[in-house]
Amino acid sequence: MWEQVRSNRIRSVVLVGMMALLLLAVGYLLGWAFLDSPIGGLAIALVILAVLNLIAFFQGDNIMLAISRARKIKPDDHPRLYNIVEEMRIASGLERMPDVYIIDDPAMNAFATGRDAQHASVAVTSGLLQALNRDELQGVIGHEIAHIKNRDVLLMSLCGVLLGAIVLLAWYGSRMMLFGGMAGGRRSSRGGGGSAQGIIIIVAIVLAILAPIMAQLIYFAISRKREYMADASSALYTRYPEGLASALEKLAGSKVQVQAANQATAPAYIINPFREKGRAAADLTSTHPPISERIRILRSMAGGASLADYNQAYRTIHKGGKPVFSAASLAGAGTVGIRAAVPETALGEREPTKVERTREVSDLMWRMNEYETVNCDCGTKLKIPPDFKRSNVRCPHCGRINNVRSRP
Amino acid sequence: MIALYVVLGILLLLLLFVMVTYNGLVRLRNQTQNAWAQIDVQLKRRHDLIPNLVETVKGYMQHERETLEAVTNARNLAQQAIGKGVGAQSEAEQGLSGALSRLLAVVENYPDLKANQNFLALQEELTSTENKISFSRQYYNDSVLGLNNKVQMFPSNFVANMTGFKLGEFFEVEAPAEREAPKVSFS
Repeated sequence: MWEQVRSNRIRSVVLVGMMALLLLAVGYLLGWAFLDSPIGGLAIALVILAVLNLIAFFQGDNIMLAISRARKIKPDDHPRLYNIVEEMRIASGLERMPDVYIIDDPAMNAFATGRDAQHASVAVTSGLLQALNRDELQGVIGHEIAHIKNRDVLLMSLCGVLLGAIVLLAWYGSRMMLFGGMAGGRRSSRGGGGSAQGIIIIVAIVLAILAPIMAQLIYFAISRKREYMADASSALYTRYPEGLASALEKLAGSKVQVQAANQATAPAYIINPFREKGRAAADLTSTHPPISERIRILRSMAGGASLADYNQAYRTIHKGGKPVFSAASLAGAGTVGIRAAVPETALGEREPTKVERTREVSDLMWRMNEYETVNCDCGTKLKIPPDFKRSNVRCPHCGRINNVRSRP
Repeated sequence: MIALYVVLGILLLLLLFVMVTYNGLVRLRNQTQNAWAQIDVQLKRRHDLIPNLVETVKGYMQHERETLEAVTNARNLAQQAIGKGVGAQSEAEQGLSGALSRLLAVVENYPDLKANQNFLALQEELTSTENKISFSRQYYNDSVLGLNNKVQMFPSNFVANMTGFKLGEFFEVEAPAEREAPKVSFS
């Protein structure tokens, strides 16, 4: 049942291998053309590859979390979010509970990071927490947990690193061409082989220009595939595709962009942080499939919540395009029903309203910034900043004097 | 000579197939056992929540002593049933669900309780624990399906029969009582 991802994983590894070869080819040719030693260029490419990969492998998650200014939360900080992450961990069969992070940002987005299931983290923005109800949040978290379960994070960060290295090499290569008078001079002094040298230089120039574009296309192809797969897995875990569909709808409607995102971290998010409104449907240069399409696929999963049902829906939408999962990998998976809109085991049906959720999240953000909350008898909640020195505070509403707890 | 190599090659391939299949079966069986342990963890969490719930609710519900006692008793029974087999355990858990739902039904009559912060936190915990129980059951059943497919399907069924792998047992929610039981609205 959980082996369907394997065939896609192999395909992705092949694509990553192609990118690595592309990188080495660029290094080789640039070395040949400008350093008079193809092996030297190859060596430089290899060293860059190794160093960047090591960094991405061991520090990728920390870098990602630091760049997006995510803060780790404890179960008590936001019980519902923490519970939902744990529910999805159980549904997916992950062994270790991922760390849960929150990003203080009104934009709605989420990502998963960590090189493997043992070092995984899930981060969501406060805007997302405010806007989504339990089912929708469950769909989004299911999507992120699927990224962890399918080992997408490692693959995508390795991919991102390769892309970065190719861009870097090509950039230096083109700089060397611009200031390449000296290299040419050195070569001409050696004498002979003039025309062959010229051809190699032209090939190197063309490759230096094309390689980053090719690498980017490969990167995007892998990334979008993983998004579809994570959507399918989320539907399978929650047994409720509508949750994720409705969450994506809300995400698509939001106009705020994540502040602390950049091109390198974009594929990690659940929706492309740099999307534009009304972007063309099939866009090669997008890390994410169009949201409307993802929603349509999820909503046309009429038969059930299994990966095969997602595949079926995908093919209906894409008019017989290449399926997300190969037929062989889905053999013997069995049928999986979609649960009813209200979970049959749900205890409290009363969902916190949007206002309550907003209050909850803003209280959390105050707490995380080490503000202390003092409840005045008149019902006002006073937020005491951490650098507040006095031991009591006057309520601005009713004038009562309240003691600040931590400073007696 | 060539014939010998061919025979040796075929034997080697056969051995390789048996090895890979056997390891796959063991992995699936371990996964199934682990998934079963997850269900137990969640049921235990539910047992742990109940004294808390009773404690919180007690102060508000002076007149519901019997309902509260029924919940406590059902919880103790469920705790005693641990390790006595799937049947006994699921029966005791159903009894607990029933008692719990009767308690939560009378909460409707106590508006003060519904505004209690402790109670609201417990409500989230109970909802989530019920979800976790059903998700762990779901994962367990998925794992059993994977194992059973491997045990029954050609050609891995040969290896499974040789090494004595048995079909896993699905965790079904058969009694309609358990399906319905916890469906109680707090509002």
